[in-house]
Amino acid sequence: MSSATIFAASSLKSAFDKIGTEMGRGELHTTFNYAGSQTLASQIAQGAQADVFASADTAHMKTLQDAGLLADPPRVFAHNRLEIAVERGNPKRIHSLADLARSGLVVVLADPSVPAGKYAQQALAKAGVTVHPASLEPQVTGVLSKVALGEADAGIVYVSDIVTSGNVDGLAIPDAQNVIADYPIARLNATPNKSGAEAFIAYVLSSQGQAILVRAGFEKA
Amino acid sequence: MVLAGLGLLLFLLPLAGLVARAPWDQVGPALIAPETATALGLSLFCSLSATAVALVLGIPLAVLLARTSGTLRAILRALTTLPMVLPPVVGGVALLLAFGRRGLVGAPLYGAFGIQIPFTTAAAVIAETFVAMPFLVIAVEAGLRALDPRYEEAARALGATGWRVFARVTLPLLRPAIFSGAVLCWARALGEFGATITFAGDLPGRTQTIPLAVYVALETRPEGAIALSLILLAVSLAILIGMRDRWLGWL
Repeated sequence: MSSATIFAASSLKSAFDKIGTEMGRGELHTTFNYAGSQTLASQIAQGAQADVFASADTAHMKTLQDAGLLADPPRVFAHNRLEIAVERGNPKRIHSLADLARSGLVVVLADPSVPAGKYAQQALAKAGVTVHPASLEPQVTGVLSKVALGEADAGIVYVSDIVTSGNVDGLAIPDAQNVIADYPIARLNATPNKSGAEAFIAYVLSSQGQAILVRAGFEKA
Repeated sequence: MVLAGLGLLLFLLPLAGLVARAPWDQVGPALIAPETATALGLSLFCSLSATAVALVLGIPLAVLLARTSGTLRAILRALTTLPMVLPPVVGGVALLLAFGRRGLVGAPLYGAFGIQIPFTTAAAVIAETFVAMPFLVIAVEAGLRALDPRYEEAARALGATGWRVFARVTLPLLRPAIFSGAVLCWARALGEFGATITFAGDLPGRTQTIPLAVYVALETRPEGAIALSLILLAVSLAILIGMRDRWLGWL
């Protein structure tokens, strides 16, 4: 049985765990390391043993590509869009990004240093809305938990976060204001498990893999 | 001796790593960056406020602990030291469940007065106090137990009332224990991260203390994070050494 070590953005956890289980029935034993894309990229750059890298944005993948650490050019395998996360039942009657500027509303965003926060700022700019956040969380999970616990009235997160969390309601953001994140995947140069890495990437891009991603809230590549 | 040396190395090597890898050319810019001043000022304000609250509430708690015995004392002591073993993030969630707008105390506060504690500087102070106060309580309680009861008995025999004995005899005798407890408590509060980010969130100028700023900076500019850490380290060392000379000559 071959094996593969996959470094993947935290937002991919539920989808990739499922893919790992599916592949475990067959030939491949998978080990996952989930963290922020930036953390993973620096771990790989520092020499961490990994076969595959799946990033939540193209920038961090490009850093590794420029450093000559990728075996093949990266391929985009999924997209993720933003949604407004509100408490179950939407008690504050929030309907659009513009509503987030309402006074008295506690809005929590991800910090602009992480992809989700950067995209949220872009979406707000497109909508021409100025929000005074109560907090800029360094992780998307911080935004989700504060909305789920009822401490924040709204936050901006990925659709996949809302689907996998299950504790908050999601309000769609129109395409004109939305930002769509590309998720690239690539095999790493230093891989000791070439065949395992290739099998995993092939599965992610296959129709079964894509179906699992769609169920986790992602969009097909 | 060898073990002591190993122990010291375990502390010093990571610090040496930080200093060795420090981007010295970035420490200057980081030092004068307005965000750094904001975060540092907030860190000092919150940690000193937390220490003040811990002194006001923690000394009476230590007295209570020292004066009880048996099972009651075991239970009280376990409750007091719980925040020391609880992962700080869990402490932060617990604080939300108590003082958040849906919390045990927070919900009535919000309902009656519209007061929201999370995401405020007060929340950062509460989080730091929660995590750091046990250090003060433990130190003061140990001091109380080591106290020679004859001084208090003599004061009482001379006609002093309970409060007067405490204020004029017990407290002065406890000074070393209170100071060392307060320093430990302050140091713990200054480095607090998990409970603060969970309960108070992360907003520059309001709840983003230096440890939070370091964490955010690590994502985008690790050099800046190291520079910030060095600044915190230098400020803490300066204060600890300064206090030692000034007040802690007995150490």
